[in-house]
Amino acid sequence: MQRHLISAADLTRDDAVLILDTAEEMARVADRPIKKLPTLRGRTVVNLFFEDSTRTRISFEAAEKRLSADVINFTAKGSSVSKGESLKDTAQTLEAMGVDAVVIRHSASGAPYRLATSGWIDAVVINAGDGTHQHPTQALLDAFTMRRRLIGRDAGLGKDLGGKRITVVGDVLHSRVARSNVDLLHTLGADVTLVAPPTLLPVGVESWPCEVSYDLDATLPKSDAVMMLRVQRERMNAAFFPTEREYSRRYGLDGDRMAKMPEHAVVMHPGPMVRGMEITAEVADSERCTVVEQVANGVSIRMAVLYLLLGGNEPAVTHTRTTEEK
Amino acid sequence: MSKILIRGAKVLGGEPQDVLIDGETIAEVGPGLSAEGAEVVEADGKVLLPGLVDLHTHLREPGREDSETVLTGTRAAASGGYTAVFAMANTFPVADTAGVVEQVYRLGREHGYCDVQPIGAVTVGLEGRKLAELGAMHESAAGVTVFSDDGKCVDDAVIMRRALEYVKAFGGVVAQHAQEPRLTEGAQMNEGVVSAELGLGGWPAVAEESIIARDVLLAEHVGSRVHICHLSTAGSVEIVRWAKSRGIDVTAEVTPHHLLLTDELVRTYNPVYKVNPPLRTERDVHALREALADGTIDIVATDHAPHPHEDKDCEWAAAAMGMVGLETALSVVQETMVDTGLLDWAGVADRMSFEPARIGRATGHGRPVSAGEPANLTLVDTAYRGQVDPAGFASRSRNTPYEGRELPGRVTHTWLRGKATLVDGKLT
Repeated sequence: MQRHLISAADLTRDDAVLILDTAEEMARVADRPIKKLPTLRGRTVVNLFFEDSTRTRISFEAAEKRLSADVINFTAKGSSVSKGESLKDTAQTLEAMGVDAVVIRHSASGAPYRLATSGWIDAVVINAGDGTHQHPTQALLDAFTMRRRLIGRDAGLGKDLGGKRITVVGDVLHSRVARSNVDLLHTLGADVTLVAPPTLLPVGVESWPCEVSYDLDATLPKSDAVMMLRVQRERMNAAFFPTEREYSRRYGLDGDRMAKMPEHAVVMHPGPMVRGMEITAEVADSERCTVVEQVANGVSIRMAVLYLLLGGNEPAVTHTRTTEEK
Repeated sequence: MSKILIRGAKVLGGEPQDVLIDGETIAEVGPGLSAEGAEVVEADGKVLLPGLVDLHTHLREPGREDSETVLTGTRAAASGGYTAVFAMANTFPVADTAGVVEQVYRLGREHGYCDVQPIGAVTVGLEGRKLAELGAMHESAAGVTVFSDDGKCVDDAVIMRRALEYVKAFGGVVAQHAQEPRLTEGAQMNEGVVSAELGLGGWPAVAEESIIARDVLLAEHVGSRVHICHLSTAGSVEIVRWAKSRGIDVTAEVTPHHLLLTDELVRTYNPVYKVNPPLRTERDVHALREALADGTIDIVATDHAPHPHEDKDCEWAAAAMGMVGLETALSVVQETMVDTGLLDWAGVADRMSFEPARIGRATGHGRPVSAGEPANLTLVDTAYRGQVDPAGFASRSRNTPYEGRELPGRVTHTWLRGKATLVDGKLT
């Protein structure tokens, strides 16, 4: 595995399966009365958030704390960044304080890559979402959720998603979640189909390792999982689609459409959902929708990533579990 | 002024000859000239070219002296073998009045490294709404003949038409930065396979091509000449080729970086590769080389765009667009055009000196290397190969995309009207 986690495309199949398997171990910790491991005791992790994202920040923070890391939260608002300090200076300030890992969220595509490769800092860099580029831990938690639901918690260990048919629907153009998922799901052997109006697909999408369709109804019966992406209402002002209603009619997932999916198929959403836009309440609140599970799985995945990038060679859970379970 | 004898130089890449400079002019060209009373420069098989002329330079003065001044920029020009540069109008204040262009012109003359020919803005403040006083700038001491809102496109078709028409009265030319603004809102790089992957806003080829198509048709309609700045796509080449075949008076330039680099480099997210128009694809690069070779593209222009370090030492989206180019242009042209067999040295003289001087009406520049002509000359060691080291640049800025890259050719001497501005690679 590479030293940093910048892009889902950097992970090999074996890296990804190792992360998913490790996350299953981490998930067991969450079932215990005391949800804490000593693995990262004495290590310092900074959550460096230049863009608002309470959910992702809280998820990383929970993961870091469960691994006993010292956590520093840095949000750009109200900090020197809003007074014009550069990413480089912010990074070097943190470096001087001796941080071991930086979890970075940034509105500029490539900012985590720059942080990891420009020689500004030595710390491990974990991308928590950059612009419209990548969000690798989201893709990992999505894959984790799929493997559990479609193969099984124990049955899935050591396995990839070979042959699973995954449909991703919505604003692919502006979505780092879509990019990360296409990369990771392809690596894990799944067959991915993107469904969107042509205006919300990037020029160049034809080179991605996936299929592209404009027809949701034709794709649903051939899907094991359907991932709905958030579509911001403002997009219609830039003529990406005519109206909210037309978008919902053509690309939204409602109960009737969900009925076209195979019985075992699940509905996923990275959140936050825009109910009434890409997904109806009926679907969002149904048994088949994994949104809440995805949030829980996110903590396990982030624990696994932090452990594998920072924890070194000592076992994460096995030893601790036996002593604690006595 | 004393005499200088350049001994054994391949004039425009031909057979070795001697060239005698007397004062400000070339006195004699031929084999075995007498060195009596002259300082001798042993050319030793180096190639002698007419002093290079850059139709597209950003000198940043007035306003951004932290990135370049007329002095540092003209020193960089002399280092790169240039004897004349056209300074773009997007300074602070904008070069849209006679006062500003005269200041820039005079600074160039005073420093004496390279003639500076200011370009005037087409519209007041580069805002695209109201024509600047084009006639006043032409009649000023600076004698402006090239007008451009470079950095911004004159996107209003009526304003563009009027500008094309108006400058006919004094033989001027409008140099268009072809970029349809609505199609490039938030644009960060070439739109294509790489931008889709990197999640960076796309700058589609059609945003350039649609403006070029419109402008060559406007030029035809009103019977004006038009110049296209930094043409960057294969489609633009086809449009210019078509326009020329129709007899439209259009000329076009290509930058060295668009002849060598592609958008694959953006995968590094290193803003040193961020430039406008953006680096395109391999296919575009090859089309541009072919077009420069066959004359569809008339000239090489650097679009030398200095930026301070902090404007490039940051995340991609926050970085400024542009690259310095004066000190590496000839090497890149040798690498991409000469060493590939697409162009000989006479062709280089044509594309980098004769034609840019003709398009910009720069008197005394872009003249043949023959007796009686002004002694504006550049001596190039074409056998040299070495790594680009920005620490050695004369420019105040270091934003080169070629750092550490091995390139051929090195300018060893530059003469401006008989006065050496560069000797053995060192500025005088």
